[in-house]
Amino acid sequence: MSILDIKNLQVSYGGIQAVKGIDLHIEKGELVTLIGANGAGKTSTLRTLVGMEKKSGGSISFDGKDTAGTPVYNFVRQGLVMVPEGRGVFSKLTVAENLRMGGYHRNDEDGIKADIEHVFELFPRLKEREKQLAGTLSGGEQQMVAMGRAIVSKPKLLLLDEPSMGLAPLIVAKIFEIIRMVAEQGVTMLLVEQNARLALEVSQRGYVMESGRITMSGNAQDLLNDDRVRNAYLGE
Amino acid sequence: MDIFLQQILNGLVLGSIYALIALGYTMVYGIMGLINFAHGEVVMVGGMVTVTVVSALLGMGINLPALALILIGVMVAIPACMLLGFTIERVAYRPLRNAPRLAPLITAIGVSIVLQQLAILVWGRNYIPFPPILDHDVVEIFGASITKLQVSIVVLCFVIMTALLVVVEKTKLGRAMRATSQNPAVAGLMGVNVNTIISTTFVIGSALGAIAGLMVATNYEQVHYYMGFMIGLKAFTAAVLGGIGNLGGAVAGGILLGIIESLGAGYIGDLTGGFLGSHYQDIFAFMVLIAVLIFRPSGLMGEKMADRA
Repeated sequence: MSILDIKNLQVSYGGIQAVKGIDLHIEKGELVTLIGANGAGKTSTLRTLVGMEKKSGGSISFDGKDTAGTPVYNFVRQGLVMVPEGRGVFSKLTVAENLRMGGYHRNDEDGIKADIEHVFELFPRLKEREKQLAGTLSGGEQQMVAMGRAIVSKPKLLLLDEPSMGLAPLIVAKIFEIIRMVAEQGVTMLLVEQNARLALEVSQRGYVMESGRITMSGNAQDLLNDDRVRNAYLGE
Repeated sequence: MDIFLQQILNGLVLGSIYALIALGYTMVYGIMGLINFAHGEVVMVGGMVTVTVVSALLGMGINLPALALILIGVMVAIPACMLLGFTIERVAYRPLRNAPRLAPLITAIGVSIVLQQLAILVWGRNYIPFPPILDHDVVEIFGASITKLQVSIVVLCFVIMTALLVVVEKTKLGRAMRATSQNPAVAGLMGVNVNTIISTTFVIGSALGAIAGLMVATNYEQVHYYMGFMIGLKAFTAAVLGGIGNLGGAVAGGILLGIIESLGAGYIGDLTGGFLGSHYQDIFAFMVLIAVLIFRPSGLMGEKMADRA
């Protein structure tokens, strides 16, 4: 059974249809990417998955349950966690406090502490800056905080919205290294990216979204070799 | 010199009450960018309920020690004000959560007027004296005097303010409150029910308001339906002075404002050759407000409030 199963999803804002009926599924343990140009409807799709937007049609099933009517704050309890566009760290909370916010829905104090230690092992840089306000960190370090916080949330499925956005190329490479590391921890992920090449390179499967529709999907390696993808998204 | 010290002590008493009320303004502002002008009326209701309960107990011939009577009074006033604060947010502000900033501000002023009028219906237009149970024992400090009651007001204010700071800085609830104030959307993604946190903020602020209401009532030994207006404005000034949204700033701003006001009232007669008397003390708070808004709009400890109304 798929961890996430989207059927004919439609999303509109004020008369404009941003997502025009897409099908998408993710299996446990997979790293799947959703690529596409600016305004293709990728972020709308993610926001709808976590209840930040209302769908106008179709169905979303997460871990076997229809998610309709679930309030935003309950998704994390069910294991669906999103790292939003722009990272969304709490800039006036310390690094440690940000990580603790990832465990807000959990009651196992010891487990949260262990997971935070685990994050510090993954990102030793964060350990050094434990007591620093997250807003004083560099963009790459903030992305580590956002990813670390998501790990502490113990996701069954992690949604990443444009993690490379606004970061320098060197940092972007680092971010994808982090994504690979987190995937190796066994976390299932849906990665939304404009940087199609890097996204397809780390993923097993990919979907291409254009003007609210999925126009191509398949094995990430095949997409990387597809002429249409190469022309439109890889600048070749 | 003893006049100076006396005014500092008076200012400290006044200032710690301002600080307690200012925390209510600044907490709500910090979490939702709203200036809850009805907070002064919550303070008024706190004072009114306490006086009503104490009078009723005495009227029934229950002769408990003064402290016990006041405690019972405030134990009724605190939940009453918490319920009031919860209701105000739910009824007046939540429907306007996504409205332009001016709408909730005008609504806040409206709520304030509605509460004053309701208070007139319940308690009438006259000053209601605090029942004569308060003792006026005086403590002398270097030639200045302060009543034991005032000492307890200051001490209690500091205990409550410290407790609040600990809650906000050290607990899970406080972390959720700070996270919500910085980014409610992401806090929601982390599992924080933002509506609950906002309600909780109003409820805590209102509980502080209820205690402040008791303090105002005992300090002036009377209550009145309009008493929340001026003290609310001054506490708001204190919050702005300290940097609105900043809890430590509200405390510092409150104390500072109380002292400025007391010193002003104490010396204005001498300074103007007797032309203006101490009843002009209210002008100092607003001179401070104007000066802060002109020279340091972010307040003493604030960061920026550029786009916030």
